[in-house]
This record gives sequence, structure tokens and C-alpha cells, in this order.
Amino acid sequence: MAETALTTPGQSPARAAGLKGVAADWSSDQRAFKNVSWGKAMMWIFLLSDTFIFSCFLLSYMTARMSTTVPWPNPSEVFALEIAGHHIPLILIAIMTFILISSSGTMAMAVNFGYRRDRVKTAVLMLVTAALGATFVGMQAFEWTKLIMEGVRPWENPWGAAQFGSSFFMITGFHGTHVTFGVIFLIAIARKVWRGDFDHGRRGFFTSRRGNYEIVEIMGLYWHFVDLVWVFIFAFFYLW
Amino acid sequence: MVDVPYEATVDVPPAEVPEVELYHPKSWWTQYVFSQDAKVIAIQYSLTATAIGLVALVLSWMMRLQLGFPGTFSFIDASQYLQFITMHGMIMVIYLLTALFLGGFGNYLIPLMVGARDMVFPYVNMLSYWVYLLAVIVLASTFFVPGGPTGAGWTLYPPQAILSGTPGQDWGIILMLSSLILFIIGFTMGGLNYVVTVLQARTRGMTLMRLPLTVWGIFTATIMALLAFPALFVASVMMLFDRLLGTSFFMPALVEMGQQMKYGGGSPILFQHLFWFFGHPEVYIVALPAFGIVSDLISTHARKNIFGYRMMVWAIVAIGALSFIVWAHHMYVSGMHPTFGFFFATTTLIIAIPTAIKVYNWVLTLWRGDIHLTVPMLFALGFIITFVNGGLTGLFLGNVVVDVPLSDTMFVVAHFHMVMGVAPIMVVLGAIYHWYPKVTGRMLDDWMGKFHFWVTFLGAYLIFFPMHYLGLLGVPRRYHEIGEAAFITPSVHTLNAFMSVVALIVGLAQIVFLFNLVWSYFKGRPSGGNPWRATTLEWQTPETPPGHGNWGKELPVVYRWAYDYSVPGAKEDFIPQNQPPARRALQGATP
Repeated sequence: MAETALTTPGQSPARAAGLKGVAADWSSDQRAFKNVSWGKAMMWIFLLSDTFIFSCFLLSYMTARMSTTVPWPNPSEVFALEIAGHHIPLILIAIMTFILISSSGTMAMAVNFGYRRDRVKTAVLMLVTAALGATFVGMQAFEWTKLIMEGVRPWENPWGAAQFGSSFFMITGFHGTHVTFGVIFLIAIARKVWRGDFDHGRRGFFTSRRGNYEIVEIMGLYWHFVDLVWVFIFAFFYLW
Repeated sequence: MVDVPYEATVDVPPAEVPEVELYHPKSWWTQYVFSQDAKVIAIQYSLTATAIGLVALVLSWMMRLQLGFPGTFSFIDASQYLQFITMHGMIMVIYLLTALFLGGFGNYLIPLMVGARDMVFPYVNMLSYWVYLLAVIVLASTFFVPGGPTGAGWTLYPPQAILSGTPGQDWGIILMLSSLILFIIGFTMGGLNYVVTVLQARTRGMTLMRLPLTVWGIFTATIMALLAFPALFVASVMMLFDRLLGTSFFMPALVEMGQQMKYGGGSPILFQHLFWFFGHPEVYIVALPAFGIVSDLISTHARKNIFGYRMMVWAIVAIGALSFIVWAHHMYVSGMHPTFGFFFATTTLIIAIPTAIKVYNWVLTLWRGDIHLTVPMLFALGFIITFVNGGLTGLFLGNVVVDVPLSDTMFVVAHFHMVMGVAPIMVVLGAIYHWYPKVTGRMLDDWMGKFHFWVTFLGAYLIFFPMHYLGLLGVPRRYHEIGEAAFITPSVHTLNAFMSVVALIVGLAQIVFLFNLVWSYFKGRPSGGNPWRATTLEWQTPETPPGHGNWGKELPVVYRWAYDYSVPGAKEDFIPQNQPPARRALQGATP
């Protein structure tokens, strides 16, 4: 189904600024968010819903941490590594955070080149983003392995409150799943970009719809969201 | 002056739709089974929800048999009784009402009422149904696993939900939580569709303030569901971990069967907060679509514009927003701080204001209307009466001091069955009688419909009204057998037996309804495109039932709001939303 017109003919394209503009858009016909495609609107609303999921996870974790009577393990110590004889707290997490934030940068560049219809650069930058995301997940797997070797389990750990392990595996696992899905979709869309689907208007296999380069931006919205969530996890779980 | 139709806009050319990128079915399978057409998905949702709802109906019979005639039926023991109440509640609230209102009515009505060809993402919409079906199958499978379904009560409170004293501890609770997680995933896919379709895919002239209230109700409820289900999702995941991995999110240190369990340090109250952060909005996720639909039924069948349309819209939005800050009124007896209770009692009572506005507006719409006592109208009137009753007892229970003695008594059961059981079901049934002609092209039989209404309405009242009395006496809920106690008067037993007999009759009356659905599909009177002479767009489709893509070549153009009934000076007593204003009136209207 073709999208309804992005601008209504017969109506002046100039829109009022500020709150008046918002009111005008919402009281107009056809679409509340002018010039926002269906896909982008859907991703924003999905992210709003997903925000509530992560908020519930983090709030539950904070409740557990605040109400426990057993000491909470010190994250700086738990997540410290010995590198070249130096004991560096949180070093792995710092690197992981750096990598994930950098991937947001490459993603933003991919979106930019997508709108310039630069097929090759867009695809390459998306693949770089996917590679950085995969590195992040790999480092997380390393972190999980290390903790499991040290005796951390979802139901217990050697240093204190059992909820430490439970919350850690649940929250980072849920976030890691988000990153993994992001990597898979990045690769799938990069393939479509590379093949030129969005230049030739090739129809989707299931949907029989023609895609366009906007999907790169929608993918970017998801990716930036996953990064933003990580910032909160980093702050509330590791830095607290 | 009287010639100018209310709120009509000037003439605009119809929207050009140059390229229709609908998915066109290529085979029988993609047309009827793996269909991407919202109308087919709606029917799939409705049939699945009705099927599992009938299971829940039979479960309620079992419970009533036990309560009415304790000790008579050897096949209902205490564990099974708990399993029945759990499955009955969970199925009715989530798998029947939520799925039917949003997945069923939402899918069918939203694209037609806003003038779209389909939902915005038909493929995702199809997936939504199949994941929902999977959730229903997983849920139904718990009847056949060792240990049977969980008996934790529909609220699934830990720690008892996963302890060995509760039936269904082996498989039931695991499958129940998995089914809920699946349901939420499936619902999210559908819900995103409904919201984006309403926001971004309306036809020309269809502003938000011209939407029929049905769409407003479903739209607001969907947004609420997208924000409330995450809490249930998280709670389900965490409890699943508690059960499967032995984590202690919700589990305090416990001694079970004389043995110290491995759990320790978790908070059962945390689960209650998460559950009710979902659970209270859930009440309105069921109620708001009912509010919306009933407004349209009343307006259409009383041939009168809805009273205070804008007020109605803002009341829906206000109820939706407020329902997120009242959840702890379900937890007054959990030992929370009195100040906390005071806050939640206040917000709860504030919700009564927009709700009362809605009730007044329905009544004022009826006032001096040309009321046709059709079957949908009867059900709409039945809704108002049961809803007012349930709403008033809600005011009782919203107050901490009144709630504490009434908590966990039959009074609570009576309250929520009136307000979110019977009342929304009244609307569901009325809506089916109202829209069945559009779905099938045939009218449902009127005589059977009226019989169905009177038995269901009076019967439901006779079942649930005496329960208030039982509750005031202090009869507890969820008890397999109340036995002999000083406060259990003989009238309690008499009433229990009476309610059980009525429940059986009301349940049996639904067979008439089901028969009516099937019989009328083949033998019903052909309805034509617009049997109720209604204004909204779904009645103006070129074909009945609407074809693939809903509209012919051109999308309809909307010129007016949805409630132009009995406009003074107009030729007929209704003016469809897509009827352009008359030339003469137009010249008078434009400066």
C-alpha cells in the first residue's frame, strides 16, 4: 500500500513553528508526524516500548541492590583485569563502552552516505558497525566466561548478594541479545544496500514492498538506542 | 443556517493513490490462512480468542459447581479448583478480552474506520497472529502436562507461585510464563501496527478529532498496552529465572517441607509492583475499547450525535494516562506505607472523574434520542448499567480503609467481574451484533439475539450482584470450600447454589449465540452495505464484506465528524463521513 501523501496538496507547505506547529500537525489529516514515514514512526514507538522493558529491568535490579542485607560485590574489583602486571579496574568495560559508542559513529556515517545514495560506502560502514557490535558481544562473552570461571552463577557468587549474578546475567544478556539482533539486521540490510535493492526498487520477499535507503536510518535509530541503553547499564550497574 | 452540516469542510479532490503496494495473495493458503489482510487476521484473532474463551467459560462452570454444591462433585478437588480459577482469570483477561478487542476489533475496524487499505505493516501483522496462536497453544497445553496448569491465581504471586504447595509447579507455571512472554511479543507486533496506522495512515480529511470513538478507544488502549506489557514481560522473565535457574529475584529465604530452600534475599513485593504496573493499565486496556465501541453503538442506534465528543476523547486520554499511577491500590494489604496508600487512593478516585464524564455523556446522548432497541443497543444499555454498578464498587475498594476489610472477599470478585468482566463482554457481544453484517453481509437473527441478550444480561446480574452481599459478610475468595463458620449464614449457601444454577443457564445461553453466528452466516437476511444507516467509513465500502484493499480505486475523502445523525434540515437522519457538503450549503459556509 502506498503511503498517503507526505504533504497535503492545496495546503501551504510552510508550517507554524513551535507549539503551534505541533498543534497544527496533530489536528491535521492523514498523518500526525508530517514527513515521517511509517517505518520510522513504528521504530520510534517500538523503542518507547523497549525503553519500558529496560527501565523495568534496571529498576528491579536497583530494588534488589538497595534492599539486600548481604553486601553487594564491588563492581570495580569484580570487573578488574590484570594487564601487563597492572591491576586496572573496569578496563574491559571501558573498552567495550568505547567500542559500542564508536559503532554509533560509524552507523551515523552510514546513514549519511545512505541518503547520498552511495551504495558502497553505506554498505561498508554498516558492516564496520556490525563488526564493532560483534566485537562488543565477543568481549561480553569473554567477560561472562571470566566471571563464570571465578564462580559467579545466576544463583550465587563468591563475594556477596546472589542477586549480583542474577541481575548481571539477565541485564547484560538481554542487552547483548539486542546487540546480536542488531548485528544480524545490519548485515542483512548491508547486503541489500550492496546489491542495490534500494536503487532498483526490488520488492521484499515477504512484504512485496519496495524498500528505500530510509531503512538504513531506521536501523540506525535502533542501533543508537541500544548504545544509549548501554550507557545506562554502564552507569547503574558498573559505576554505582 | 440549518443547511450547513456540522463541521463539514470544503470540497477537496479525492486522494490519488497511484501505486497500490498491497500484498496480493497468490494461493488459497496466503488468502485464508497465512493472510496479510487485516480483516482475515481479525477474524483469525476473534475465532481463536473465542475458542479459548469458551474453555474459560467451562472452567467458570466448574468453579460455580464446586462453590454452589460443595462436596457433590468428586472430580473437583482443591488443587483443581485453584487451577480452574487461575486459568479462568488469565484466559479471560489476556487471551480473550485483550486479544479480541485489540487483535480482533482493532484489526478489523482501524483500517476501515480511518480509511486505509490495510494496516501499515501487513506482514508483521500476520506474524502477530501466529505468535498469539502459539501463545494460546502453549497455554492450553498446560491442561495436558504432568501436574496440570498452575494454580497460583491469575496474579501469579510469588513465592507461592513456584513453590511445591501450589499445583502445576512442575510444568504449569513454566508454560504459563512462557505463554505470557510469547503473547507480549505477538501483541507488540500487532500493537505497533495499530498505533502507526491511526497516526500515519488516515485518509484525506480524517483528522484525529474526526475519528470515531471506537478508534480512539482502541488506539489509546494499544499505546497503554505497549507501555504496560513490558512490566509483565520483565516480571515473567524474572520469575521464570527464579523457577528454572534458582535465582532469587522474588524469592525470600524460605523453609519448605521442613527444609531450608536455596532462595534468599528476593522481594515478593517487587513482583506485585511489576505485575500491577501492568495489571492496572490492563483493566483499562480492556475497558477503553469498550468505552469507544459503546459510544458508537449508542450514537448510531439512538440516531443522535455523541454528546460532548471532545470531552469523550480527552476523557479516554486522561483515563489512559492516570491508569499508570494507580497500580498500588491493588496492594493496600501488602504492608505498604500508609502515605503511599493515601497517594494511590487519591489518584484512584481522580480516575472516577473522567469515567463519570463518559457515563454522563452516554446518558445525555440517549436523552431525547430516537432510541432503536436493536440488539446492539440493548447490549450497550446493559453495559452502562453493569459498568456504573462495577464503577461505584470501585470507589469503595479504592479507599484504603474500606478496602482493607473487603480485600480478598467475594466483594472484590463481584466488583471486577461487573466492571471488567460483564461490562466489556456486553460490549463485545453488542459489537458482534453491530458489525457482523459488515463482516459477513448478513444480519444476525433478531429473535435469537434478544433472547441471548436478556438471558445474558439478567443472568450476569443475578450471578454477580449477590456476590457483593457475600463479600460484605466476609466470605473469602479463592476458597475451595467455605465450610462452617459463625459468619457464614445459611443465606450464603442458598445464594451460592442460586448463583451456580444461573451461571449454568447463562453459559448455556451462549450456545444460542454461537448457533446464531453459524446459522445467520448461511441463512441470515442479507444486510446490504449499511443496515444500521451509520455514518462511519466502514459502512461506506464499495463491497460488503469489504474486498481486498477495502476501497475501490480511490480512498474515501472525509468531510465531517463521525456523528452526523439527525442533522436538522438534512434529507436523511444520517450523513456519512465521506459525503461532500451540498453546493448551496458550501457557498453559504465559505467566506
